[in-house]
This record gives sequence, structure tokens and C-alpha cells, in this order.
Amino acid sequence: MHHAAQRHEPKTSTVSDRVDAIVTIKEQTDILHARSAGREVARQLGFGTVDQTRLATAISEMARNALNYGKGGTCTIVTEKGQDGRLTIRVLVEDHGPGIADVALALKPGFSSGGGLGQGLPAVRRLMDHLEIDSQPGRTTVVATMSRRP
Amino acid sequence: MRIPILRLGRILLTSVQTDLTDDDAGQLQAEVLQLFHRDVADGLVLDISGLDVVDSYMARLLNETARMVRMMGGEVVLTGMHPMVALTLVEMGQEIIGIQTAIDLEAGVARLREVIHARDKRTTQGRTTP
Repeated sequence: MHHAAQRHEPKTSTVSDRVDAIVTIKEQTDILHARSAGREVARQLGFGTVDQTRLATAISEMARNALNYGKGGTCTIVTEKGQDGRLTIRVLVEDHGPGIADVALALKPGFSSGGGLGQGLPAVRRLMDHLEIDSQPGRTTVVATMSRRP
Repeated sequence: MRIPILRLGRILLTSVQTDLTDDDAGQLQAEVLQLFHRDVADGLVLDISGLDVVDSYMARLLNETARMVRMMGGEVVLTGMHPMVALTLVEMGQEIIGIQTAIDLEAGVARLREVIHARDKRTTQGRTTP
């Protein structure tokens, strides 16, 4: 199932992509590693502290989902520079768990399949500019982006 | 990592100064509840000035801890929340509505004493009418 929760996706072609961090999510401390890596990437790109905190919080939610529901996974942080100078941080969290049965439902605040409060994905959607979820049994990818002009 | 809980009379003080894993946070909650169960305190000041991220899990845990402590007859005041954390929580729709707050540890202790005093007064007044 594929579902895109979109606010405003910049459709500019990118002139450069760079992988800034890859964090393997195997245990709880990896959630902390992933979110501090994200904050550092945002800081180095000149994103303000509000955006740094939004990003770190969103990564925390995404990484926890991968750990608790997907039995672990990988968090990849990529930065892209558009032709117009726009900077985008793209966070990709992938797991090989059972998948999200109903993505639309998982995006509704308060719904949870696994004993959580069901605020994780709705929070990511609110904190980031764009969220895309592709989920099937054995492979779930959650991609969230945040873009700013320098 | 274990977070120390200090005792100041019948007030518990704890300050989270590093990022906590979910288990660390759960352990802190359990220890706090244990202390209230043993009736060593009337209230808790929980300082989170060291937290630069409070995600939905941590927000829920803080809310629940406050509610649990209250059910056991205690009070909780949360202190030291970073402005960025407050902003993010509101954006997430995860306002920590159930908890009394104060700007720092000192104000938190003062606030907690007020809350406990007001509560004890109510209780005493309730008892005077047979």
C-alpha cells in the first residue's frame, strides 16, 4: 500500500545529493544516535534550532517505529541542494517487519496497532514538510523531508 | 543509565540531564512510583532542562507519570522545558496538559509546596465537617 501525506513538496530538480548519515536501528540507543545525527546535519546546513528540534523529534518517532514494530531497520539521512538553492533534508527509515496494514489509519492520531499511543506518524507529518509511506509485509519505508531556503 | 532522585524533606527532586532511552525513562517512572508507594514524599519536581527532544513517547510517559503519582496521593511539577521542546510538542498536538509546570527547579519547588499546601488545606477543611 502506498500513501502520501503531502503538504507542499518542492518539485525542483536537485543538483546535488549527499548521504550524510546512515544509522542502523537495532536497539534503543540507536534512536538517540539517529536523532542526534539528524540534528547535526540540520545544524551544519544552517537550519535554525526550531527546525533542528522538529527534525530530531520526527527522526525519533520514525526510528522508534522501526525498532518497535519493524524489529529494527536503517535510518538514512540525505541532503539535497536544489537548483534554486533550496536545501532539503530527506530522512529514510526502512524496516523489514510485518508492515503497516492500513497506512491511512496509522496516520490518524490515536490509532495504534502495537500498544503505543498512535501519535508517532501523525507527529512526523506535522513536524516535517512531506511524509511518504510505502509499506508491505517484509519491507516498510518511511520518507520524510524538510526543506528550507538558505 | 540511572537518573538520581534526590530527597528534600518530603519533596523528590530529579533532573534529567541527558537523552534517555525509552527503558531509562520507564525505569525512572518506576522508581518514582515506588518512592510514592513507600510514602517518602508528597510531591516530585521533575526537571527536564537537559532534554532537547521530547517525542510522543516521552510526552506520554511524562503525562502518565504525573497522573499515576496523583492517583497515589502525590503531586508533580515539571520544570525547565526548552522553548524548542514546548514549540515542537504543541505542533505535534502533544501538549503536556495534565502537569503543573514552572520555569526552573527553584520555582518548581516553590510551586510544588503551594500545590501541596493548598491540597492539605482542602483535606483539613473537609475533615472538620463531620
